[in-house]
Amino acid sequence: MPVTGEYLGMSLSIDDTDKENLAYFGYCAAGEFRLQRGRRTGLLRYPPTTACPWTGDRDYDWVPVEGRGEVHSYAEVHHAIQPAFRAFTPYLVLLVDLDTQKGEPTEHEALRVMGNLVDPDGRLAAPDVVRSVGIGSRVRMVFTPVADGLAIPNWTLDETATQPEQPWRYPQE
Amino acid sequence: MSNDVDGTTARYLRGKYAIVGVGETSYRRGSNETTRNLATWAVTNALADAGLEPGDVDGMLSYSGNDSTFSTFVAGDVGIRLNFYMDCFGGGSSTEALIGIAIGVIEAGMCSTVAIFRSMNGFTQVRIGGTGARAAAPIGGDALHGRAYGWQSAGQMFAPAFMRHMYDYGTTPEQVAHVKVAHSKHASNNPKAFYRERVSVEDVVSSRLICKPLHLLDCCVETDNATCVIVTRAERAKDLRQPLVSIRSVVGRCTKPRADMHYQHGPISTVAGHYAREILWPNAGVGPDEIDVTGSYDAFTFTTMLQLEDYGFCAKGEGGEYVSSGIIELGGARPNNTSGGHLCEGYTHGMNMVIENVRQLRGDVDDSCPVGADGRRQHTYDYSEGGCRQVRDAELTANLGWATPATGSAMVMQKGEV
Repeated sequence: MPVTGEYLGMSLSIDDTDKENLAYFGYCAAGEFRLQRGRRTGLLRYPPTTACPWTGDRDYDWVPVEGRGEVHSYAEVHHAIQPAFRAFTPYLVLLVDLDTQKGEPTEHEALRVMGNLVDPDGRLAAPDVVRSVGIGSRVRMVFTPVADGLAIPNWTLDETATQPEQPWRYPQE
Repeated sequence: MSNDVDGTTARYLRGKYAIVGVGETSYRRGSNETTRNLATWAVTNALADAGLEPGDVDGMLSYSGNDSTFSTFVAGDVGIRLNFYMDCFGGGSSTEALIGIAIGVIEAGMCSTVAIFRSMNGFTQVRIGGTGARAAAPIGGDALHGRAYGWQSAGQMFAPAFMRHMYDYGTTPEQVAHVKVAHSKHASNNPKAFYRERVSVEDVVSSRLICKPLHLLDCCVETDNATCVIVTRAERAKDLRQPLVSIRSVVGRCTKPRADMHYQHGPISTVAGHYAREILWPNAGVGPDEIDVTGSYDAFTFTTMLQLEDYGFCAKGEGGEYVSSGIIELGGARPNNTSGGHLCEGYTHGMNMVIENVRQLRGDVDDSCPVGADGRRQHTYDYSEGGCRQVRDAELTANLGWATPATGSAMVMQKGEV
């Protein structure tokens, strides 16, 4: 069955033939972060793909992965182009290195998972929180529910982790 | 950097093909024309520039992002019967790639002369910044991993690469702002440029933030325009109207690993030029040190800097120093985008930078210098505001096209016969 929903004024959908995204976002809606693990290599991959990016192997299993990691880089949007985001500027789009499989299979590879910086309840973070996050910040995954079978994975500051004294931020605030 | 390339043995089709005609419309906001009419205008200008009649052209290529007209309309309008045409999907990085395709189809005997056009109302219809209809479009499937996060426009999507370069190498906003400063200086000597006012580093870094690290003046202009280049064999070019401009080497849409979601494969502060240069320079038989003029794509100031660095015009990590050293300005050792490029002249998804370098190699850029009895400009080489923008003795140029940090195209051209 296709999935549709409204999120921040945007119309979201997953077609019923799109098995990979239906599974991924369905797990998110159930509060689980799962990624595909290729049977031949045992390597996890992100985002969902139809085959293993290292071997082309089409066989895989969905396995639970810990949603924790470190900010690798980010975009801080001051001029939103999607209307519903204008109320939340500046907002952060984070590129997060998962702790799992970091530096594998080669040094510069990682599972780099996108997401907005949000509050623990899944709403886009307030400006003072935005200003406290940068490269090196420790974050954990939270899910923002959208519809049956669809939740959006996002990132919030990891309260249990030791944060860097000063994460790297763009020099101009 | 050493030019450790093989310049003695001709590789592939080095020097066998040429760009014989270039043409464009005006660069403006509010063309009040269809993309079909804009394309016809640009193709007509390129034919006249080359000294070709419509019947001399039998191939056509175009590219668009569902925002333009088609080859069949334009060819029909100007009286070209086609032996080959193709309308490709894509934006930046298409120019050099399609020139390579044109060479291939001519070499295969499918046609003899190809006109390549890009026609767009990038301000009044489908805005290239992504606002309007594109921002409001429904989000499905794979796009949920990006656009659902308010991560949609080019600047938003490239920002993590730009930020990481600052983190990895200490690159500063002020260094990179020099790209805009240089291109605005060049545009001030280009009567057809959309923005002709010179700006300072302070102007750039004090303009409003769009998406860190990009200020308004780090971003290109959105304009309505069409552009055209005509490709044929160098042998044939010798009988045409313009001085010969030969193609030494071309690379088309070369990618980093994981082009589906390229940030998976780092270093993310490295761009596709890191791979493309391994084709560009050996096939050209020259290296970066020998290039007189560059045309490094400038959708954003950072784009220009990253490509110049990864194609080897400076050491990795030194792009900030390179672009702020004066080298890339007219009067410097290797000016970049002497027309003002996308930051100032107009946005064309790469075409105007190729057109400009063709004119540089002809020694005939269209600045405000007086025109002599031979119909060519008498260049003064005075680069003060409103003056000359011809580079003295330009022999070799390099165009570095960009689609994303993960996809690039490139081309080396030479004045005269190879």
